[in-house]
Parts: sequence; structure tokens; C-alpha cells
Amino acid sequence: MRQVGAQLRDVTRQGTANFALEIKDLLMQFETPQGPVVAVDRMSVGVEQGRFVSIIGPSGCGKSTVFNIVGGLLRGYQGDVTVAGTRMDGPHKDIGMVFQEESTFPWRTVIDNVVFPLEVSGVPRAERYDRARSFIRMVGLEGFEQRFPAELSGGMRQRVAIARTLAFEPKILLMDEPFAALDEQTRLLLGDHILKIQQELRQTTVLITHNITEAVQLSDKIVIMTYRPGRLKRVLDIDLPRPRTSEVVGSPEFGAYVAEIWKDLREEASRGMQDAEARSRSS
Amino acid sequence: MTTSFRRRDYRPAALAWASLILVFCLVEALIRTGVLSVYVVPLPSSIVAAIPRVVAEESIGRRLLLTGGEALGASVLLIVVGTGLGILLYRSRLVRAATENWIAAFAAAPLILAYPLFLVIFGRNALTIVMLGFLAGLAPMILKTVEGLSIVRRSLLNVGRSFNLSEWDLFWKIHFPAAVPTIFTGIRLSLIFALINIFGLEFLINFGGLGQLINELAERYDLPGTYVAIGFVILVSVCFFIVIERLERWLRPGG
Ligand SMILES: Nc1ncnc2c1ncn2[C@@H]1O[C@H](COP(=O)(O)OP(=O)(O)O)[C@@H](O)[C@H]1O
Ligand SMILES: [Mg+2]
Repeated sequence: MRQVGAQLRDVTRQGTANFALEIKDLLMQFETPQGPVVAVDRMSVGVEQGRFVSIIGPSGCGKSTVFNIVGGLLRGYQGDVTVAGTRMDGPHKDIGMVFQEESTFPWRTVIDNVVFPLEVSGVPRAERYDRARSFIRMVGLEGFEQRFPAELSGGMRQRVAIARTLAFEPKILLMDEPFAALDEQTRLLLGDHILKIQQELRQTTVLITHNITEAVQLSDKIVIMTYRPGRLKRVLDIDLPRPRTSEVVGSPEFGAYVAEIWKDLREEASRGMQDAEARSRSS
Repeated sequence: MTTSFRRRDYRPAALAWASLILVFCLVEALIRTGVLSVYVVPLPSSIVAAIPRVVAEESIGRRLLLTGGEALGASVLLIVVGTGLGILLYRSRLVRAATENWIAAFAAAPLILAYPLFLVIFGRNALTIVMLGFLAGLAPMILKTVEGLSIVRRSLLNVGRSFNLSEWDLFWKIHFPAAVPTIFTGIRLSLIFALINIFGLEFLINFGGLGQLINELAERYDLPGTYVAIGFVILVSVCFFIVIERLERWLRPGG
């Protein structure tokens, strides 16, 4: 098992020079009252410029930990996280984050939410509203500019959050289960928006997810993580044609990828489930 | 749901006025049929009839200005000092842990009983009344500000951090606006405390505007007039709450 992992890690490291984002031997340990918990164990991932990479794994495997470290919100890790060759230390202007939890500002309209990063970085008023409008169009929310988040559905709010992060114009878009709270159909349709954005902007994207269909639908490459400690289990290239739409879900190749990933994830997910059951039994 | 944000709904206001009129009619009927004594509650019609007299003879305008001014002074002090202290307290974990229980206890203290002390310190004037109103409302204002800042969702703050905001921007552009609804609950609460104490102290030391008027008219056994004066007290409160609501909607649109 370890052996295989080591080999795959080498595969990931090919062509180190042109990685937009590189995670090398990342190790993160939390001190808890029950003793130290290793959340991420010596994980290495490289993301090439303009590519869409998903990190997939069962709940509790350390995905959000990776997300927060790469985003610069969590420190005290070991190993290297580098963006275009420079080591991460705190939030970085090249990285834009989309959070799993509700994160739109309820006191700002849709457009004022999207304009936010431009406003704080001092872009002139007329220009920032123009730019915000183009990102709102990109996520398909034109006509809703003057609405408040409370007037929108959960899926629309998450699109506002995505547009707001895109307005920050990050080199790397980092998303932590942005659609986890949505139903499957909405999720597939939102996937279409993401695919379109990817095509338009050639945006380097790292998507963190526990959803296999979502990962295959959107990605060029999928990184599978193990459950406790979070290690890299396998890296899989997805050779589905681009431009893609959600219709790709019906193709036999798509099914083959899903089956392939499920084979790897099954073991991890069932370990996670047993863990959760054991925990609820003991409490 | 969407339309309610855009178009004004007049039905609640209509219902409120209708029920007020209904209660008036009911009381009128109960008195006229002898169920209620006219020496306890005057006839609502006689209260209404007394309005022009009270307005003309008791210099209502000056009294409204005085009491309103006192209430405004106390409110401004409460909002500025209370929110400020709340922010400071939130920022300093140690001071907060040391004082939070005392502040909560202070909120329950019947401060008005200490009015002689206020008279000694500030004199028998409007300042005494403003200070008592202010101090009576201070504790809930501080506690609600601390609470509002504490319960802001982490993800909202993380958005700011991910955009590389300065500490200042993070606080004033995200943390504070996110806490505004709870802070306004605090403003409303503290305003209730402040107004009760302002009217009460005016009554008690026979100084100032509407509270004094209630005192005077009651001593003249002018029952309808007394109720008119109480009506004006309620009017002042209502005006303040309307202003607070406007202020909140302006500061924090979108709910
Ligand atoms: N701040 C923390 N303190 C202690 N343990 C943590 C903390 N954050 C995460 N963990 C633990 O690390 C593991 C990975 O968590 P997380 O990264 O949130 O997983 P995922 O996002 O994949 O569900 C879990 O076992 C979790 O309990
Ligand atoms: Mg997570």
C-alpha cells in the first residue's frame, strides 16, 4: 500500500517547474484534549497552470484542512506549499477561496457582494461595477444584481460567492465543497457554470469535494485521499473531452471513471462510517 | 416573499389602529354600562376631548422638546459609549471574563432608587435625567454588542481574511456590519430601560417635560388630562423606535 502511494507521488511530481500550485510533503497535526490528531499526512499534489484538479475523500479525511492551509488561513503545518514558486505564508493575493458554509454578506446586494474585493483594493467605482457585472453574467445571475442574498436560493447565493471570488482575480481558485448543501440536479447545473468559467478564464482551479460525479464532471485530474490520516491514495487523469457540459454524465467513459474512483473510495468511506458509528456508540 | 421586500404592506398598520379603536370603544362601553368605574379609568371619549385643552394649556411643545431632547441625549450616549465599550470588551478577553457577570448584575439594578445621588452629582436639571437614562440602559447595550460580535459566522470573517483585508477593514467592513442586528436588539433593549427611567425621574423629581406633566395633572385630579399626558409619553417612545428601525434598515439593508 505504502509502496503504491510512493510511486504515485512521484508521478504527481513530474515537471515541478510549471506547477501553479505545489503541495509537497504536507503534514498537519492538531493538538486535541485526546492527544494529537494527524489530519493530513505527508501529502503531495501539483496543480498545473490552467488545470482543474479535484481533491476527493470521505468526510473527515482532512480536505478542509488542506483547503485552509493552501488558502493561508491555517498555519503550523510542515512541508511546503508554494504558489508559482513562492512559499505560502498567510493569505495570498493569488489564491481566491470559496467556502463551504454560507459566506455571502447578507447586508450587501448581489452586485455589492461581488464588488467587495475590488472595493477594498481601491479599484475606481465605475470600473469595479463594470467588472463585477461581467462576473455576475458569468455565473448566470444577470437581473439579480440589486437583490439581497436573503431573496435568493442557496445555489444562487453560492454562485454570488463564486463571482465575488472571481472578481478578486486570483491565479488559483480554491473551492471547499461549494455545492455540498445543494441537491444533485442543482449541483449538475451549477457544474455547467463552472465548466463555462473554466473555459472562458482558463482558471486554475482546485475543487475540494466528496462527490464523485461532481469531481469527474469538472476535473482534468482527481486526487483521491485516504481516511485518517489523510494521505494521498491515488492521482487519476480524467481524459474526457473539453468543452464539456453536464451531459457528459451520460457517457460510458464517465461511468467507467466513477466506478474506478468508487473502487478506491469505498474502502476509505466505509472506514469513515465505522469510525462515525463507533463514536456515536461511545458517546 | 420577494414582493414583500419591494412593496409596502399597510395591513399590519391598519390592524393596529383598528384594534386600538376597538379597545377604546370597548372601554367606553364598559364604563357606560357601569362595569368599570369612571374614577379608575376616565371615558376614552373624555380623554380624546381633553387633548386640545392639554395641548393648549400645558405648553406641550416645550415639554415634548425637553423630554425628547433628554431621550435623544441618552440614546446617543448609549449608542456611542455602549457600542464602544462593547467593542473594547470584546477585544480584551481578560477584561471581558472579569467584568461580564458584573455588567449583567448591573443591568438588573434598580438604578432609579439612586436618584438622590444623581441630584447631588449633576444637580436638579436635564443632565441628571440624561445620565440616569444613559446608565440605566448601558449594561444591555454593552452585553448585546459583545454578543453580536461573538456570534458572527467564522466563514464571513474568513472571506475577509482570504481577500487579505487589513484588521481595520476586516472589522468595519465585515465583523461590525455582521453584528449590527444583535447590536440593534441591544439598542432597543437599552432604549426601553432609558425611557422608563427618564419619564420616571421627571415624575419623581417634578422636573422637566412629560413626566412632570403627568405628576401635575394627577395631583389636580385631572384624570383625562393625565391619560393624555401618558399618551404623549407613548408617542415619544414610538417615535424613538421608528427612528431606530429606520436607522437599522439604513445601516444594515437586506435583513
Ligand atoms: N481545529 C481542529 N482541531 C482539532 N482537530 C481538527 C481541527 N480541524 C480539523 N480537525 C480534525 O482533522 C480531521 C480532518 O478534518 P477536515 O479537514 O475538516 O476534514 P474534511 O474537510 O475532509 O471533512 C478530522 O478528524 C477533524 O476532526
Ligand atoms: Mg470539510
